[in-house]
This record gives sequence, structure tokens and C-alpha cells, in this order.
Amino acid sequence: MSEVSFRQRVGALALVAPLALFIALFFVWPLVTVLKESVSDATVSHALPTMVDAAADWNRQSPPTAAMKAALVTDLRGIEDQQLFGDLVRRLNSAQAGFRTLLPKTRTAVDKSRETTAPEAVDLEEIDKRWSNPAYWQAIAGTLSPFTDQHLLAAVDLSRDGTGAIVALGADESANLTILLRTFWVSALVTLVCLAIGLPYAMLAAAMTGWRRQLLLGAVLLPLWTSLLVRTASWYILLQDNGLVNDALQSLGLTDAPLRLIFNRVGVVIAMAHILLPFMVLPIYSVLITIPKTLMPAAASLGAHPLLAFLRVLLPLSLRGVASGALLVFMAAIGYYITPALIGGAQDQMISSVIAFYATGSANWGMAAALGIVLLAATLLLYMVYGWLSSDKTARA
Amino acid sequence: MKKRSVMLLSGAIMALAAAIAPGAASARDLTVVSWGGNYQDAQREIYFKPFAAQTGKPVLDEAWDGGIGILQAKIKAGNPNWDAVQVEAEELALGCNDGLFEEIDWDKLGGRDSFLDSAVSDCGVGAIVWSTAIAYDGDKLKEGPQSWADFWDTKKFPGKRALRKGPKYTLEFALLADGVPVKEVYDVLATPEGVDRAFRKLDELKPNLVWWEAGAQPLQLLASGEVAFTSVYNGRITGINRSEGKNFKIVWPGSIYAVDSWVILKGAENKDAAMDFIAFASKPENQSKLPQYIAYGLPVKAAAAAVTPELQADLPTAPANLEHALALDVDFWIDNAEALTQRFNAWLAR
Repeated sequence: MSEVSFRQRVGALALVAPLALFIALFFVWPLVTVLKESVSDATVSHALPTMVDAAADWNRQSPPTAAMKAALVTDLRGIEDQQLFGDLVRRLNSAQAGFRTLLPKTRTAVDKSRETTAPEAVDLEEIDKRWSNPAYWQAIAGTLSPFTDQHLLAAVDLSRDGTGAIVALGADESANLTILLRTFWVSALVTLVCLAIGLPYAMLAAAMTGWRRQLLLGAVLLPLWTSLLVRTASWYILLQDNGLVNDALQSLGLTDAPLRLIFNRVGVVIAMAHILLPFMVLPIYSVLITIPKTLMPAAASLGAHPLLAFLRVLLPLSLRGVASGALLVFMAAIGYYITPALIGGAQDQMISSVIAFYATGSANWGMAAALGIVLLAATLLLYMVYGWLSSDKTARA
Repeated sequence: MKKRSVMLLSGAIMALAAAIAPGAASARDLTVVSWGGNYQDAQREIYFKPFAAQTGKPVLDEAWDGGIGILQAKIKAGNPNWDAVQVEAEELALGCNDGLFEEIDWDKLGGRDSFLDSAVSDCGVGAIVWSTAIAYDGDKLKEGPQSWADFWDTKKFPGKRALRKGPKYTLEFALLADGVPVKEVYDVLATPEGVDRAFRKLDELKPNLVWWEAGAQPLQLLASGEVAFTSVYNGRITGINRSEGKNFKIVWPGSIYAVDSWVILKGAENKDAAMDFIAFASKPENQSKLPQYIAYGLPVKAAAAAVTPELQADLPTAPANLEHALALDVDFWIDNAEALTQRFNAWLAR
């Protein structure tokens, strides 16, 4: 008996093994990597190994010690790998602007004097007077630990000052929180618009039969098969000042001058709502077709006004579809990048554009990962709230 | 039962492995990456197609909009899928420092002396000298702007303006509009007060600004009348005027010029073919054809000398156009790009 159940269990496990492997490989592993990337900071300690000991008991206030200067020269002479040196420069420059030119210059100089001058005898300040500025040394000392919370703090507009205390970044320096809030706000707007269009549409489709229903569903599905970029570009053409929408409004005499529909929030919400509408319509529709068609006539026969029957019977029954549709649309919307980038103005960019900047523009993957983690955490939090709300409803029902 | 499940599992793993490494052994064609739009169309005519015909092997071309992170990601991941890439000056310097590019074999190119000094580096070969300048539609505006101060003057010239998204060029233009002389722009910008001053000047124009990223976008914005003026890569204006009969005008005073270079990504599969391609594109007889299509300056001295005088007049390297122009300060941007981009993005978001 137990032998059979064991074999059955193995068989069942083997059946789900490809799925488990797929999830581990394409979901868990990338997530762990991203998490690690956001807190790991091993570049400087790896590239400057003797500096780690030399700077261990420096108080970060007094001028750098002679041992630290010698350690820097030793370490710079010891770096063979050009890409490691590149990583070092990039990491230090993101802590303190100026290392981009300072380090290569210093490295060339100390390499040249490799045979003639001992590390202790090199005068760094003669190579570049910036080495007399303690800010550069503080930057090195601050990046020697292999782990850092700097990226995660910066993702929510915080940083550590010279002494290690957490302080808020000025509005001039960082706007991640603003952009994060905006991301949620735009996504909420898009969800509302999708709901306002999607719910009646799904009801109409569910009420129809035959070719009419196929036509309505096809109209929702067709855009889903068109590339996101193509749909966004079409909205770009439709919404511009001399575009079809404005031309039509003006020739109908509804407006005198072109409405600003592009490079602002209005355009972003219109385009995103169009692209995400299928994700609202389909879940609602799938719930609606399971509701017996006899319920509404039954309510009417008991004397309910159609509106009352809708509010008390059909709407509560379709809420499950509304909730999952809204969740789908909202979660897809918070990750949007290309549509706000093309249709939106500067004040409509969402958090993905900031992540893209760090990932592709400045090669600061730690920062990109940290922003991704913050977005993920916020999304999970919302999902938990949703789960709590929906389970609460079922309990009450 | 057990045997079958083991087979199932191993089959699944093999299928997965096959899906992950598609055709690792098959050779990729030489892939050349440039900046898209009518510039890349011109390059396709005079470089890509003739080179493919000469070698008998296909040349793939792709477009990008810059970003050192993209190149770094490709190289760190191993086996990059691009070979020769045209990069901006600070990407060349950054990537060269970071070991992202192969070393250039200058003997294949006829020696360093045959190029302009600013077009020579250990890991890059100058491809063009180009300018970022104001452009406007000469058919819509008879009296166009003369300077960046006019670009900022929304009373005299109503309408939106477009600039390339990012602090580079934008801050310089703001200081020029605020009356800083061309020669002092980078001295002012090197101080915190200078940066504040540039952002204050940008504040004035912010409600009227539209931002572009790809080099073909400003042409579209200008052609559709979406904006009154835009900053633009100068060659594309001459290109569209010739190909589509537009009457777009360029304002040379206050323009910023720089050199774009060809690089070969480290460890690229076709690095030898890429080197041959760069040598082909640097031959005077090939390079001198470029200004017929698009008005960029040529870094190969013999090619520049072979350009006819009437085409010369449109190039950023023409003495009249250089007179009040500014050279991009690559070192300044290498040091400050990250900090200023962060501030710029925060400013944009407000």
C-alpha cells in the first residue's frame, strides 16, 4: 500500500517537475538574482583588497592615513582585469562624481612609477589635487562593505550621510517616491476607465447570442493580437494636434483649437486603457456567462425595477470577475513603460522608465534592481490587501 | 511507472536545454548598429550594401539610441549579438576605460594620421562629426530664431519646443539662452551655481517642452507641426529637405558638435569582419559619398577634402558653421553624467 502511494507520489511529482523547473528557472532564480543585485556591493572590496584593512579603523573625519594612501597605490597597481577596473570606476563615481577621470589618471601615473617608487612614497596629491579632498576618501571607505542598503534607500529617496545616519534626499536630487505614487495613480485611473467601459461591454457581450456575441468578443480580442508598439504608435498618430481625433472634433465644430491629447496624462490614460481593456472584459465576461439568464426576469417578476435588479442581483454576482479584471489591469498597468514614454509628457513617466534608465542608460544595475524590488513589494502588499478584502467578502457572504 | 517518470523528467530537461541554447553553433551574420532614421538609410546605401556585395556575406543592421548600459549588458552576458556599433564620444571613453571594446588595428585604416585628431582613440574610429542645433520649418516661420535666447522666447515665437531627453546638451543650451558666452559654458556648468542657473532657466520653458529620444522623432514633431522648434541632429534636417522636399532650417550659432565613433564590442563573434567593415567605411572614396545623403562632417581628412564646396557649406565642419559653435566637453559629461541625469530626472518628474 505504502509502496504504491510512494510510486504514485513520485509519478505525480514527475508530472509537475517540468513546471516546477520552469518556475524555478524563470521566476525564482531571476527574482533572487535581482534581490541579491540590489544589496550586493562587492566591487570595491574585491578590487581594492588591501584598502579594506587599511581603512578599517579610519574615522572618516580626519585626513586619510598614510597606510590608506599606500594601500590605494598597491591595489591600483594590482588590478589586471580591465573590466574589474571599469566596475570599480563606475561604482565609485556613483558615490562621488569625479572618479571617472580621477581613477584612470591616478592608475596610469602609479603604473608608470611602478619600478621606481614604493607605494608609500607615491604623492597622490601631486598626481591630482582632488586626492586632498576627504570626500573622495569617504566615498571609498563607504563602499568597502560587500553589502549595502544604499540602493534600497535611494529607491525611496533616502540616503546615508557622512556619519551613517539615514536622511531624506532633497527634491532636487531624487523623485522616485513621486514617480512611484504617480505610477499607482495612473494605474488606478486606467483601471477605472477600463472598468467603466469593460463592465457594460462584457454585459452586452454576455447578453448577445450567435454572431453578434462573436463580433463583440472579436473586437476585444483583435487588439490583443496586435503588437503593443503598433497600438501605441497608432494612438500617437490619432491623438496628435493635427491627428484624426482633433481634425474630426474641429470639422464637427465641437472645438475651435486642437485639444492637447498627446504628451499629457489624458493621452496616456486613453492609450493604456485601450491596450488593457481585454484584460478587464474577458474575466468579467467569463463570470457573467455562468450566471443563469433566468435571474433577471425572476427579479422583474418579483417587482424589482431593472436598475434595482441590476444592483441587487447581477452586479453582486459579477463582482468576482470585476475584482480579478481590475487586479489584472492594475498589475499590468504599473509595469508600463513604452506607452507613457511615447504618448506621455515628462510628468507622466512611470517607475519603469526610471528602472530602464538605470539598467540601460547608466549601467547601475544595483539601483535598477532596488527599484524593481520596491515595486514588487508594493505590488505584493496591494495583492495581499486584495486577498484579504475578497476573503472577507466570501466570509460575510 | 518509475522508469517512465524518469524518462519524462529527463525528456523535459532536454527539451528545456534545447530551448535555452538555440543554435549556439550557428554563425551569426556581421551585425552593424547605428542611429536609425535617414542617417542609417544613407549608411545602408554607401556602406552596408556595398560591403556585403564586396565580401559576399550578408550584413545585418540594427538601430539604437545610445546608452552604455546596453553595451555593458551585452558584453557581461557573454557572446554579444552586435559587432560594430556607432557610439557617442562619452560612450567611447567610458567603454574604452571599462574594457568593453576591442582594440582598433589602425594599420588596416591607413594610420592614425589620416584622421582628425579628435576621431582617433585606442578602441574607436571616428565615423562622423555631427552637431546638435535648433531646427524650424522655414515654410511656417519666415523669421526664424537666431539663438537659444529666441528658442526660449515664447512670446515672440509661440508654440511648443522639443529637446533631447537628458541633461547633456539641455543644460548647455539653457546656459546659452541665459546669456552665457559660448566659450564659458563649461566653466559655468562646472560650478554648482551654474547647474542651478541652468535648471532655473529650464524652469521657465518647462511647460512648453516636449522631449524626444530617437533621432528620427524631432523630424516627425517638426513635420506634423507639433512643435515650433526642436533641437535636432543637423544631418537629418539636410537629409529630409533633400529627400522629402521640406524647407527645414538649421540655426548654427550655439550648436554643439561632437564626434561619433565606430567601436567593436569585446568578444564579438565577427570582430575581424567588423574591423574590415570599419576600414571599408573609412576609405576616402566611400566616406566622401556620405554628405550627398546627409550633412555630417567626415573625420577622414582625404574624404573631407573630396566633398564638393556646395555640400561642404551644410556640414558642421564648415568654418562658417563652426564660428559660434561649441565643442562637447566629453570629460565633463563622463564625470557628471550620472549625478546630473539623476537631478534632471528628478526635475522632469516634478
